[in-house]
Amino acid sequence: MSFTSPIFLVFVAVLVLLRYLLPKRFAWILILIANLIFYAFAGWYGLIFITFTTLSAWVLSRAMDRNLSTQNQYLADHKKEMPREERKAYKESMKKKRRLMLTLGLVLNFGILFALKYLNFLTANLNLFLPETAKIGAMSLWLPMGISFYTFQTMGYMIDVYRGKYPAEKNFFKLATFTSFFPLLVQGPITRFDDLSKTLYSPEDFSRKRFSFGLQRILWGYFKKMVIADRIFPAVAALTASPDVYNGSFVFFAILFYAIQLYADFSGGIDITIGIAQLLGITVKENFNRPFFSKNTAEYWRRWHITLGEWFKDYLFYPISVSSGMLKLSRTIRQKTGDRFGKKLPVYVASFVIWLVTGLWHGAGWNFIVWGLLNAIVIIGSEELAPLYAKFHARFPKLKPTTPYKIFEMLRTSFLMCSFHILDCYKSVPAYFKAWFSMFTVPNLSKAFGAGGGLMHLGLTLADYAVVLLGVLTMLLVSLKQRSGSVREAIWQKNSALLRYAIIGAMVLVILIFGAYGIGYDSAQFIYNQF
Amino acid sequence: MKISKTLKTWLGIALFLVILLALLFAAQRLLMPKYMSGIPEGALPAEYYRETTDHDVIFVGDCEVYENFSPMTLWEEYGITSYIRGGPEQLIWQSYYTLEDTLRHETPKVVVFNVLSMSLGEPQSEAYNRMNLDGLRLSSTKLDAVRASMTEDETLLSYLFPLLRFHSRWSELSKDDFKYFFKTDPVAHNGYLMRIDVKPKTQLPSKPVLDDYTLPAIGFEYLDKMQALCKDNGIQLILIKSPSEYPYWYEEWDAQVAAWAEQNEVPYLNMLLLSDEIGIDMQTDTYDGGMHLNLSGAEKLSTWFGAYLTENYALEDHRSDPVYADVYAAKKAAYDAEIADQQRQIDEYGKLIDIERANGN
Repeated sequence: MSFTSPIFLVFVAVLVLLRYLLPKRFAWILILIANLIFYAFAGWYGLIFITFTTLSAWVLSRAMDRNLSTQNQYLADHKKEMPREERKAYKESMKKKRRLMLTLGLVLNFGILFALKYLNFLTANLNLFLPETAKIGAMSLWLPMGISFYTFQTMGYMIDVYRGKYPAEKNFFKLATFTSFFPLLVQGPITRFDDLSKTLYSPEDFSRKRFSFGLQRILWGYFKKMVIADRIFPAVAALTASPDVYNGSFVFFAILFYAIQLYADFSGGIDITIGIAQLLGITVKENFNRPFFSKNTAEYWRRWHITLGEWFKDYLFYPISVSSGMLKLSRTIRQKTGDRFGKKLPVYVASFVIWLVTGLWHGAGWNFIVWGLLNAIVIIGSEELAPLYAKFHARFPKLKPTTPYKIFEMLRTSFLMCSFHILDCYKSVPAYFKAWFSMFTVPNLSKAFGAGGGLMHLGLTLADYAVVLLGVLTMLLVSLKQRSGSVREAIWQKNSALLRYAIIGAMVLVILIFGAYGIGYDSAQFIYNQF
Repeated sequence: MKISKTLKTWLGIALFLVILLALLFAAQRLLMPKYMSGIPEGALPAEYYRETTDHDVIFVGDCEVYENFSPMTLWEEYGITSYIRGGPEQLIWQSYYTLEDTLRHETPKVVVFNVLSMSLGEPQSEAYNRMNLDGLRLSSTKLDAVRASMTEDETLLSYLFPLLRFHSRWSELSKDDFKYFFKTDPVAHNGYLMRIDVKPKTQLPSKPVLDDYTLPAIGFEYLDKMQALCKDNGIQLILIKSPSEYPYWYEEWDAQVAAWAEQNEVPYLNMLLLSDEIGIDMQTDTYDGGMHLNLSGAEKLSTWFGAYLTENYALEDHRSDPVYADVYAAKKAAYDAEIADQQRQIDEYGKLIDIERANGN
């Protein structure tokens, strides 16, 4: 059941109606049923996997919880007679058990994810080193919908319970409502249990404002996805399918068009997700914060796919950088090379690891690994060059606060990040690098705008480009307006139902008429749905 | 009277929905193809509903009916009222449902079905589906016709709301779309699409040898249904193979249709074998080298077929009925006017320039 299919709209409409007709205490049960229906549409087989993940998380989290309660009770009961050392040893042994339970959960679930998503990639690469007779055949593995999203979300929950951030959810079905919350299954955001559970189990009452906001958010998402992303998609596909033909200036256009497609597609999907949740009275965390306004790479990654970045930061980056092994290594390096590098080493190692894993999270392919490592190199490189920047700005102190320089920083960061994003599209890493460098070695801008084989031969007409341009300008205007606060709030403050109706009506018309859907359009599924 | 806030909200929502639906309808009306020039075949199905009088004979089938028979000749020479509910590459199930749709409005005495489409057992093309189905009025019959006809990428929803299919025409709107926004002009004469120009038959493409000459079973299933429908309504079904020489009609196919006709006691006329008797001359009676008849050919064929109908079925001569006479007098005027207009184009340009222009040539 694709977000852009008519049946999905009917599904959501019926769900929202039932949500407000039924007593609020049944809301989470209704949502769980909706989750199951939505998931079953993608194949019953997938339900086995998500149920296993939920069940394992529920059993092990409850076990960790009980272990902690037993520990606390035991310590309270034996407070007086237990010496400090014995208490410490007891706590340590109990923690070890909890760690074992957590490890079991992580190994099982990440193991499934690894097996389904990465095994064929691994064997394909292993085969390169194996003799012909020993080569391992590719397996036919079916990837359950949203496995990367729900696995990360559920494992985040288990780690939080282990860390004692909140107690384990006692009700299996309530936990299942969280792990399978359907709007998040397609492309996130990867939410935290403590964030989502507040309104998931006890949604907000109906309010006209919330409803209107939700509806506008959904329409805005469909506008981005159907009018912009799906319209520019054929050009991106054509440009990256033949890198030897479309080199030089065409690569720049490929980067630009894919940036437009990816942002409109991914953020549009998130808008739909958040909007649906809003209609149901549930609050979902934001995943984007106008990333193309970022002035450096680190900032960009704090504003793009926010929830994935935070997940890795909390559950991978910090544990690695403050692990005993890393601290020991840091101490050794500091003793040998001095403080500067020794201090930074844990951060750099952790950065490399999280970017490698982030790349792999996006897909089993060298493109994604290289994408992750390029990001790590740029971020660490920026960190190393920071003193140089500081010197430069000390010499030209008036430059940094100027608008042109800020715009330069934004364009520089965006170009760099979008140059990496386009790795998704090329068939191989060498093809990508060859194409990318050709931007500076093949001067063919006139060909791009020429009659034979130019931009007008990529499956888009001038009218299509005009729609994309107007769509992008609309996104830009909205983003600029968002700097001073929520656009929907500003509309609401006008206190004009007529204005709100006009906006909703206009959006419906624009999406239905200018959307790239139906026969004649090779409408793509959401890009992040594949990850 | 003070209106409560809740009522005001609901009234507002209702008004909003009404306005939105009106705008969507207007957008749909604007964006749907009007088929007024270039490919007027698409306008044929909807044109039927303009009829104010009923008909004794209804034709269903593909271009071999709507280009080869002239109901005006049947009227003028025999007083037979007839209508051609044909469509481009109309598939047999589309012919069946078009007939079912016709029976919602009238019950003719004779139904004539051209069997060429018996050779096609699967939906062929979305464009032809659209031309045959979009013009049908919404009914369970139309929905059945759509379900039977859809190609892989088509959806029933897009036939209910054609805006979902034609939304992308915003970039190719022509002045016709605005001119015919409210009302389209008739393109045919009781379903007959007229061409008066001549392009003699020279050489037809070579006749391919087929691996299998068995006609698809689905064709006979619908033929059975058509026969049952006619029987239930007291209508005489007649099967014909129009005298167009291309696309080819194989003897093997002919034998299978003839066998079915004999078994079901339905008359079957293979007019390809009767061309000489009818007087068809493919040097003067075709406008596209033997595929379709021009006005001369259509009138000759209709004269012959009218005689056949009059001899074999008790069809009333309506010429003295003032209701029909008035209606057909107006139809005749339009018929003559089109002949005159096409003749003027040929005299001035040596060809039908309007059609060429509409097709972008």
